[in-house]
Amino acid sequence: MSSLEQMYQQVIMDHAREAHGRGLVDLDLVQVGESHQVNTTCGDEIRLRVGLDHDTVASVTWEGQGCSISQASVSVLHELVEGQDLTDAEATMEAFRALMQAKGEAPDDDQEEILGDATAFVGVGKYPARIKCAMLGWMAFKDAIIQARKDQS
Amino acid sequence: MLPANLREDFPLLTRTVRNGKPLVYLDSGATAQKPRVVLDAERDFYEAHNAAVQRGAHLLAEEATELFEGARADVAAFVGAQAEEIVWTENATAAINLVASGMGNASAGIGGDESARFRLGPGDEICVTETEHHANLVPWQALATRTGATLRWLPVDDEGRMILDDLDQLVTERTRVLAFTHVSNVTGLISPVQTLVERAKAVGAFTVLDGCQSVPHLPVDVRALDIDFMAMSAHKMLGPTGIGALYGRKELLDALPPSIFGGGAVKVVTMEETSWQEAPMRFEAGSQPVAQIVGMGAAARYLGGLGMAEVEAHERHIAAIMREGVAQIPGVRLLGPIGDENARDVIGLATVVVDGVHPHDVGQVLDDAGIAVRVGHHCNQPLHRRFGVTGSTRASAHVYTTEDDARAFIEALATVPAFFGVSS
Repeated sequence: MSSLEQMYQQVIMDHAREAHGRGLVDLDLVQVGESHQVNTTCGDEIRLRVGLDHDTVASVTWEGQGCSISQASVSVLHELVEGQDLTDAEATMEAFRALMQAKGEAPDDDQEEILGDATAFVGVGKYPARIKCAMLGWMAFKDAIIQARKDQS
Repeated sequence: MLPANLREDFPLLTRTVRNGKPLVYLDSGATAQKPRVVLDAERDFYEAHNAAVQRGAHLLAEEATELFEGARADVAAFVGAQAEEIVWTENATAAINLVASGMGNASAGIGGDESARFRLGPGDEICVTETEHHANLVPWQALATRTGATLRWLPVDDEGRMILDDLDQLVTERTRVLAFTHVSNVTGLISPVQTLVERAKAVGAFTVLDGCQSVPHLPVDVRALDIDFMAMSAHKMLGPTGIGALYGRKELLDALPPSIFGGGAVKVVTMEETSWQEAPMRFEAGSQPVAQIVGMGAAARYLGGLGMAEVEAHERHIAAIMREGVAQIPGVRLLGPIGDENARDVIGLATVVVDGVHPHDVGQVLDDAGIAVRVGHHCNQPLHRRFGVTGSTRASAHVYTTEDDARAFIEALATVPAFFGVSS
C-alpha cells in the first residue's frame, strides 16, 4: 500500500462521503457548549455542539465543510465519543492526539481498542500539513466541552 | 527563447521528492526557487564584505554600502525607476503597509504640512478591487477604520475580470487611493492598468500597484505604467526571503511620513521632535537585511539578463499548456478566463477546482506524484467567495518550468476524480 493509499483508507473515504453527526441539533440539556474552529490555511471551518448529561457526552453534532480528512475525522469523532462518559471521551481525544503525533507508527492494541475506526487515520501522521485537517473537529470538541462545563443555564 | 540549460542554475530542482520521484515544482507563485547567482551573492557578501552599511569609516563598511546601494540601483533599473525611489521593506506586504500606515500617520498630523497631501478623513474614499490578495486589502481596511474614510471596491465578473462599467462611479473626486494588483495571484489575469491609472489621475487619486505576481514574470516599467507606488517581493522573483521593496515616486516618498521610527531614518533629533531624512533613508530605520538585499539585486540582474520579454513569452506558453490541458479534464473547472482569446490576458498559472474534491485532497494526490502546488485560498478569500468556492489548487510557473512539468500536472490532475470516486 502506498503512503497515499495508507492515508486515504477505505474507512476514511466512506466517512468522508457519508459523514455522521452532520447538522447541529437543538439540545434540551443542562450543559451545552459550542465551538467554531477555522483552518486558516484553507479556510475550512467547523461548528461543533456538545451536550452533556451529567458526566455523559450525550450529543455531538456539527456543521461545516472541509477536505475528506477533516470531514471523515469529525464523523469518526461523533461515532466514538457520543454516549461516552467524559473520562472515556478524554482518553479517546488523547489517543487520537497521540496517533497524529506518531508519524505513521501503528498504535498498540490498547490504543487501537480506544481508537476503533479512528485508527484508520494513522497514515495522516506522516503528513504534517494534514494533521491540522484531522484535528479540526477534535479541537472543536475539546473546546466545546470546556464551554459546556461553564454552561450553568 | 530562454537558455536551454537554464535549469542547471537552480540547484534545488535536481532533488527528488516522495518515493524518489523527480520534483515538479509548480508553486512559484507562492515562492520561487533560487538560482546559484543569488545564493552566491549572499554567501559572498558574508564571506568577503560583511559590515554595517552607511556608517563606519573602514574599507569593509565602504564595500558593504556599495553592494547595498548597488542592489538598490539594480532593482530600480529592473523596473525603470531611479535608485532613490526604491525603499527596502521586509516583504511586499510590508511595502503596502508602509504606504497605508504612512497615510494613516499623515492623517494623525505626523509629517506636518509636507505630508498634508496624504491626509484622509471622513468623506474620503479608498478604492480596491475584489481580486486583491489580502495584503492589498487588509491594510486599506485598516486605514479606512483609522481615518474614517470609506473603502470601496471594483467588482469582478464570473471569470475574475474587473468590471470597469462603473469605474467612473466608484473612482471619483472623493477617491484618494486606488490600490490594485497588476496580476491576479488566483486567475493570472493581467489588470487593465492603463484604464485604472488614467481614471485615478483624472480624479487626483494615488495609485498603489501590487507587483508581486507581475514583476517576476513580465517586463514592468513604473514610468510607462505611470503609477505612484508599487510593492515588490524578492522571493517570488528568484531572490531571498525576508526582503521586498517599495517603489514610490520620489516627490511622494519625500513627503510621506515613515511608519517605523528610529535610527538611520532621521536628520535632526531633539527631545521634543525629529526631522527625517529624504527617501529612501527615512523609511529604513534600524539595521537592514543587507545580505538579502544583495541577493535581491542579484535576482534582478539575473532576470534582467534573461530578458523579461523572453520570460513573459515562456510563462504565457506554459500557462497556455496547463490551461488547455485542464480544460480537457471532465469534472475540473478552471478559475479565470477560459478559451484561447481570453488566455491572452493571463500569465504564469492555472488555478483549478475539482468538482467534489477538496483542494487539500487534490494537492495530496499531486504531491504523491512529486508535484508541488498551492492549495487553499491563496490569501484571497473574497475572490474565492466570488467564485463560490472555499479554496482551489494552483499550479504556477517560473523561468525554470518546463512543458514536461505542465504535462505532468495535467496527467496527475486527471487521476484525481477517480481516486476520490467522483468521476462523472
